[in-house]
Amino acid sequence: MPDSTLTTPGSTAAPAELTAAEIEWIDRSLIDESVRMPVMFFFTTAQTWLLAATVIGFVCSMKLHSPEFLGNWSFLTYGRLWPAYTNILVYGWGLPAGIGTAIWMTARLCRVVLRAPWIPIISGIFWNIGVTVGVIAVLAGNMQPYELLEFPRQASVLLFIAYALIGAWGVVMFRKRRPGHVYISLWYFVGAFFWFPWLYASANLMVGSEHIHGVVHAAIAAWYAQGLLGYFFASVGMGAIYYLIPKVIGKPIVSYNLALLGFWSFELFWGLTGMVRLTGGPLPVWYSSLSIAALILLLIPVGTVGVNILMTMKDDTHMVYHSPAIRFTMYGTVAWLVGMVITILGSVREMDPETHFTQFSTGTFHLLVYAFFTMTMFGAMYYIVPRLVGCEWLSATFIRLHFWGAGYGMGLIILLMIIAGVAQGWYWNNPAQLPPDVKYFGPVEVLTEIMPYLRGESIGWIPLGIAQVLFFIHFIAMLLRLGQPSGEPTLFAPMTEGEQGH
Amino acid sequence: MKAPPPIVSGIFAVFALSFMVLAMAPAIQLGSLQPTVNEDTGDIYPIDVSGVQAQGRMVYVSQGCVACHTEQVRGAGDGSDIARGWGQRRTVARDYIYEAPMLLGYMRFGPDLSNIGTRKDADNPDKYTAAWHYMHLYNPQATSPGTNMPSYKFLFEKRKIAGEMDLDALKLTGKDAPPAGYQIVPGAEARQLVAYLTGLDHSHPLAEAGPNIVPPKADAAGGSGK
Repeated sequence: MPDSTLTTPGSTAAPAELTAAEIEWIDRSLIDESVRMPVMFFFTTAQTWLLAATVIGFVCSMKLHSPEFLGNWSFLTYGRLWPAYTNILVYGWGLPAGIGTAIWMTARLCRVVLRAPWIPIISGIFWNIGVTVGVIAVLAGNMQPYELLEFPRQASVLLFIAYALIGAWGVVMFRKRRPGHVYISLWYFVGAFFWFPWLYASANLMVGSEHIHGVVHAAIAAWYAQGLLGYFFASVGMGAIYYLIPKVIGKPIVSYNLALLGFWSFELFWGLTGMVRLTGGPLPVWYSSLSIAALILLLIPVGTVGVNILMTMKDDTHMVYHSPAIRFTMYGTVAWLVGMVITILGSVREMDPETHFTQFSTGTFHLLVYAFFTMTMFGAMYYIVPRLVGCEWLSATFIRLHFWGAGYGMGLIILLMIIAGVAQGWYWNNPAQLPPDVKYFGPVEVLTEIMPYLRGESIGWIPLGIAQVLFFIHFIAMLLRLGQPSGEPTLFAPMTEGEQGH
Repeated sequence: MKAPPPIVSGIFAVFALSFMVLAMAPAIQLGSLQPTVNEDTGDIYPIDVSGVQAQGRMVYVSQGCVACHTEQVRGAGDGSDIARGWGQRRTVARDYIYEAPMLLGYMRFGPDLSNIGTRKDADNPDKYTAAWHYMHLYNPQATSPGTNMPSYKFLFEKRKIAGEMDLDALKLTGKDAPPAGYQIVPGAEARQLVAYLTGLDHSHPLAEAGPNIVPPKADAAGGSGK
């Protein structure tokens, strides 16, 4: 047990009778102790918002094929409910889940205790007030018509202050890290801590400025929405994948240089891709040409990350059958690779008219935010939460049901969105009747063609919703310390002697 | 300084590049565009919307119309926007100089609305009139059977008929009809929204958008809604 003289993990005055392994164990306990409250606070609020997002997402999906569903109230009209859904998914669930994961992993990787943990907690409270205010404002119709920037000023100021504090705390942890190698995940986390407040503040200030009008708003909104996906979601998700996979299988990543190349090329090129959202739009064409070129160059990080992670996993693929963290994380990795390739394919000039303004973009959004990021965060939570609450997950069956429900549900929804999107674009753009008497499909005719997919998406929400509720219950049980006693992690299937060799 | 320069400076440089190219460059290049003035005729385009139309814009924002409708016409090379009659030319930066917030939109479950104020349907001359828009908002299934556009009944009021009927009262029959002595009239927000929609027009020629293109058949398009 910790000696009373060991107050900081940096302490070198360890009594001689402690072995190096024991000191490391004490170190970790102290770090976990310091981040427990903020991380669990972020995880709990994130989980709660995710349940709300699941309900609202389902209602939105229903409304697309049955517009009369809950149709009599202005605050439940699709035009308000849809931004409420995306904003809850991103700001209610995504960022807090990512922040919690990034704080814990940063503390562990820097091997420092989190000083003044009440600051991140206060920030978290402000953050959640901000999200609540923003969602209520959106439902009341007080919003901006830009994707993911819908929250009005009152809410965005709160979000900015909260995140700036958290980001500063993250960077402080990094500055106070113990000397030594800076692991790749840290690069991603430091980037995410640093980027988001800048991105959010500059986008909101420019969009809210009286001196800026017209297409500049559209450009900034596109830059912001794309930046958020890359600079926060992809960065934190990749950081978590690079942390969890080597940790759980007990092997280093294959190539550190490849990982660094992947990091820099991703962040550099991704930052220039924003204008693919405006291809064919009213901006001079060079913006979207530049962004499409940058997007194609993203094949470099996609390749390096793919090779690196898959090669690292090569001899340990059996871990997918045992470890919940690995199974969720690998789903996320594959979703990331698939999502990036589909995004690139859908954005080239030849394909863009078929995919732009359709469910295709909704599908790629969900691939990145849900199938990649959210599943990775689930993996991270399965790994982190037992270390913070001091007991193991209650039931492998619950975890298994969660995986299959979320995996299949979201997989089905995304697949249908992608197909429906391409169909939608095709029917919009191709004549129903050829010359000389050219006639195009009317809006209702296009809709009729994709109706089966829209109905199918609603079905996909059912397993997804059940999975989410199960995970929430399981998580609350962990909060109440109702899990199995600490020691062996909860696995899907016990490992044999041969498999434990690492 | 403990932090190795590559991380902090690199992270900063990557962000700065993205910001300069995608946010500052448009602001500098397009932020101070002016309307075009025809010296001979004194014709100015575009003109900022005002009064009830400007209020209608805000109703469009607050009802979240952008979740299903765009206000941009892509050029002839990018999809069928022009061929199907959503506009006679692509929309360009100058069309939007007064727009704040900007209603470009990101999704097309419904048709583009850039020129909804000028749209005509040869088969149905009543289509796209103010009365048609009121009915379309009140009960989309009545004007476009099979659509997934939600009803905006909450923007309408049931009012006792005092003297004459309101000019904009909806002509409802069957089970939708209000009880005798009552009428369904558009509320303030519905009136503002329809004023905005019927005024939407981006067909004024602009040099940078190229010549206006009139599709071979005027009703080739717009979506018959059938």
